[in-house]
Order: sequence, then C-alpha cells, then structure tokens
Amino acid sequence: MSKMHIKLKVNGEEVETLAEPRELLIHVLRERLDITGPHIGCETSHCGACTIDMDGKSVKSCTVFAAQANGADITTIEGLGNPDGLHVLQEMFKEHHGLQCGFCTPGMITRAHRLLQENPDPTEEEVRFGMAGNLCRCTGYQNIVKSILAAAAELNSAKEAAQ
Amino acid sequence: MIPAAFEYHRPDSIDDAIKIITEHGDEARVIAGGHSLIPMMKLRMADLSHLVDLQQISELKGIIIEGQSVTIGAMTTQHELIAHEELAKVAPIMTEAALQIADPQVRYMGTIGGNVANGDPGNDMPGLMQLLHASYTLAGPNGTRTVQARDFYEAAYFTAREEEEILTSITFNSPVGGYAYEKQKRKIGDYATAAAGVLITKDGGTCSHASIALTNLADTPIYCEEAVSILTGSDLGAGAIEAATMAAVNASDPGEDNRGPIEFKKHAAKVVIRRALERAIERA
Repeated sequence: MSKMHIKLKVNGEEVETLAEPRELLIHVLRERLDITGPHIGCETSHCGACTIDMDGKSVKSCTVFAAQANGADITTIEGLGNPDGLHVLQEMFKEHHGLQCGFCTPGMITRAHRLLQENPDPTEEEVRFGMAGNLCRCTGYQNIVKSILAAAAELNSAKEAAQ
Repeated sequence: MIPAAFEYHRPDSIDDAIKIITEHGDEARVIAGGHSLIPMMKLRMADLSHLVDLQQISELKGIIIEGQSVTIGAMTTQHELIAHEELAKVAPIMTEAALQIADPQVRYMGTIGGNVANGDPGNDMPGLMQLLHASYTLAGPNGTRTVQARDFYEAAYFTAREEEEILTSITFNSPVGGYAYEKQKRKIGDYATAAAGVLITKDGGTCSHASIALTNLADTPIYCEEAVSILTGSDLGAGAIEAATMAAVNASDPGEDNRGPIEFKKHAAKVVIRRALERAIERA
C-alpha cells in the first residue's frame, strides 16, 4: 500500500513525513519524527502512556492512525517543558514525588495539562475523574493527584499575581 | 499491533462518503472516533481495505434542540455531549450516561454515531436510545430513511443498517420527569457488567409514564416492555418496584464471559435496575 504525506504541527513546528495509512500516530511520532516522549505501554488504549494533545483534546495516540491526524496540531511532553525550563506540572511532579519509574509520567502530565486548561481549579475528585484514563503501576496515584492539585494552585496564584 | 494495510479516504460530504462505500462494497468501512474499530483492526477482527474517515463531514456534527426535539449529529463526541449545557438541561440522562462511558481520552474521540451504529452489546448509547425511543437517520445511495432504535439491533454487531449506508444522526424527544442511568463495571474503561436506564413521570401519586432499558445484558440492548407496563399506572411503591425489577431481570439474557457467570450478571442486573428505579422515582 502506498505511503501518504502526513503533515503535522508538533510542538509548534510544522513537520512532514511519509507513512502508510495503517501506521499508528504513536509509531509515526516515535519512529519517524523521533518524538519519544509519548510512550507505548499497552498499545490497546487502556494505559494512557501514549497520551498526546491533539487539537485541544487528550488523545491516546496508539488508537489513532497518523492518517487521521493529518493536519492536526499536536503537543507532546516535549512541547510542555524541557530540562532547562520545566513546566509547572513537571516541577510539581518532581516536588511531590508524583512519579517513581517515570514511564507513565509523560502521558500523565500531558493529560493533566489539558485537564487544567478545561478546569483550572479542580477538586481532588475532579482530578481523579479527569485522570482516570491514565494508569500508573508505581505510585498508587495519591502523589500524582497531589502534584496536579499543587500545579493548579501554583498556576492560579501566578495568574492572580499577574492581574 | 499494526493492522493490515488499507487505503485511507477523507471525504467532506455524506454523498462523497457514500460514493466511496458503494464503489468498494464490503471492502470499505467508515471510521468515526475509531476507538472500537481500530482495536478490532489491530486484532484483525475487522477486515477492510478502504477506510472512510468521516471527520471532515460538517453535516455530521452538532446538536440541534428545537422545542421537544433533540437531534444529535453522528460525529458528535461523548466529550461534546457532556460539555453541551443545553443538552444537559433538556436531556440530563444523556450527560449522566456519557460520563460513565470509557475514560476521558476515549470520550474526546468516541462519537455517539459510532457508539450506536456498530452494534456492540457493551456500548451504552444503544440502551439509552431504547429508553428514549430514539430514531436513527441513515443515508445511503437511494436517499435517507429513518429506523426506530427499538427496531435497529438484530444481534451482536448486526443491525438494520445496510452495508452502503451511514448513520447520520439520532433524534429523540427530550424526556420529562425523573431519570437515572446506573452502570456496574469492573473498572474505568470497561464495558458494563450490567447497566440500566430508567425514566419515570408522575402524575400525583401515580406513574403516568415509564421506560426501562438494559445494556450488555443480552446480544442486543433491551427495552423492558413488561416492566414498563407494571410501572405505568402504579403507585411506584415497594411492590411495584419489586415486580418491575423482577420483570426487567427476566427480560435479560446475559452470556457468561470474563465479567462473570450468568447468575452473577443477573444479580448485578437486579442491583442496577433497582438503583436506577429508586433514583429515577426520587427525581420524578
């Protein structure tokens, strides 16, 4: 089957690659575009390790064909922060021990980022409900929830200070 | 897991989509959110060589509320259903049920059209459509037709939709009175072990209208006629609730699977039906 041109905006940068229609978005990101932040955990849309932000939606990139994503605006963990300038969520995950092995973390943070865009001041229950599509096998979730609530508080006080 | 190769199409009108499907016959399948179809393609349980992506077709999107009538475009996502404030006012059971489907990421992609059309007995919306007495609009090479949701489901994955047809929208009248959708599941993201929807309207102390439907308790969603006739005209007291619950359980026909043996499923059914009845009556 012939390859198709896939054009994406990834972390603010226009990129183009050739891929077969049957290639999953996670594989194209990781193997053709060298964006290895989103991880492959279960590859069956259960674990959320491959979560990316696509046109303002949290999406499990193992259950989207790159062809479907053609033209989309994508943000991955690489687009949120970097070692020289961590995103507030990354800071708070570090601060509150929101990770142990770190495998689920890129998906967790990318999902939490969208959750806070939609609900900047969530309750603990709303965080748990909003994060229900991401699995972590190390932390027991408590510290992940704490980290996200702390990031929300941090972002809100920064917003208030700016006003 | 990588599916078998296929050719990808992204038409921007219903007519163009139908042309592609008609040209390729049973080699073609439409994809909405893809969260049922892609897993099946990975497992090679869905066999196709032309994938027709409906995402670009604006006619398939949006929610229209006109008086009593609610029409929802097939490509409306569960996330959009949940976020729609007016829908939450006129049909809060839709919001309540959609919040119990899968997980946040799946709800951003999963659509109401895909949920009702693919015929998976585990999907929640088909049961809800029985409850609301909804109708589906199907577009095909010979124009459009309407099918009642209660006549749509024939067996697991077999529906009244013809191969070259696309389900374009669903329509129902906004329900009045009390409502509840109760779902028992093993974990977030799983299909129901048992789920039940109930609508109740009261006139003084008497039930003037009732509806009960079940999800994942047979090969198809179930509208419980006998339970409805027990409730209608009753005082909605303990006796009526018990009799209606038993009638609804008796209308179920669950199979044994990894969610449990038949006896357990019937037990779970009884629990969710009773809870849904009590909650709907309380809200009526």
